[in-house]
Amino acid sequence: MLYDLPFLAAALLMVIGIATMLLRRNLIKVVMGLSLVEAGVNLLLVALGYRGGGIAPIFTNAPQDLMVLPTVQAMTLTNIVIGIATTALMLSFVMVIYRRYGTADADAVRRLRG
Amino acid sequence: MTMSKIVRTAAGWLFPFILVFGFYIVMHGHLTPGGGFQGGAVIATGFVLLIVAGSYGDISRRITKASLSGGETLGLLLFIVTAITGLALGGTFFANWLADGGLIFGNPVLFGANPGDLNTAGVIPIMNLAVGVEVLGALSVIVLYMLSGIAEEGA
Amino acid sequence: MRLLVTGAVVLVLCAGMLAASVGLEYGVPAFSDMDDYFIQHGQEQTGGNNIVTDIVFDFRGFDTLGEATVLFTAVLGIGLAFRKRKEDEEYDYE
Repeated sequence: MLYDLPFLAAALLMVIGIATMLLRRNLIKVVMGLSLVEAGVNLLLVALGYRGGGIAPIFTNAPQDLMVLPTVQAMTLTNIVIGIATTALMLSFVMVIYRRYGTADADAVRRLRG
Repeated sequence: MTMSKIVRTAAGWLFPFILVFGFYIVMHGHLTPGGGFQGGAVIATGFVLLIVAGSYGDISRRITKASLSGGETLGLLLFIVTAITGLALGGTFFANWLADGGLIFGNPVLFGANPGDLNTAGVIPIMNLAVGVEVLGALSVIVLYMLSGIAEEGA
Repeated sequence: MRLLVTGAVVLVLCAGMLAASVGLEYGVPAFSDMDDYFIQHGQEQTGGNNIVTDIVFDFRGFDTLGEATVLFTAVLGIGLAFRKRKEDEEYDYE
């Protein structure tokens, strides 16, 4: 049970992120919750590809032959960059919303304005 | 809003070292941990250090948004052009036609652990450089745009 | 009410994720045929020692192309969000 700790940590991170997104009304905290979910997904991906006793899949001066799975690490790299792009885009939208409405409360900006 | 003179001087001294370290990570992407994205992010932190240490009006005259986003566009174009040269010379899109060719970056590599040779891996170092330039431009210009939004608000 | 619904959703998620993570065993990947092929043949086919970079830029180059496009589009969107508005434009910030 304790040996599965990385999966439990990933699940915990994702649950905390989803709870933050559902409970908080401040838009910046909603973005923070989404970043937490991204971190959980990255941890889950890397933990899924771990092979017991393996080393990083890089052959430069490698001490042994058993290596962890490289594809999930490449996917994690892709996920990190896309996460940075979407987080920056959402934060700038929050800045525009704050400038327009004077608040970053999700309930206050719900009504439409002409 | 501007930092003290000590912070600005230290940032100016640190910036070339961050630049060199970032380009080291970019160019050794096919040998050691790292690559275009990571090295580009390291160089972008150097630019962000300069931007945070100085005032916005001072920085935006030295580092313009047009040059950074121009570098970003250039990186993406170089990446796509490298992929298209694979289509033209290697048969398929993204074909690695330079690997084992004996030309630049063309030394052959045998299976197994080896000390590493910078002159290998074909088009991968070129794509690393392209993606590094793109990420450096993109991340720096994001911070510059956000700072311009704050400066517009405050002043 | 809102707290109740959120608590129920979080509980269901917790139970689902715990049930999913019990079946997994850490350190023993379920499928590794493709990754073993990459580790065995990545060096001779691309010439790079770093297998992760080989996958990102050679075996899965289309992923990286899409990723670079996403980054470019995000910067484009941020530039649109913060562009300078003209004086006679319709809506102003209150």
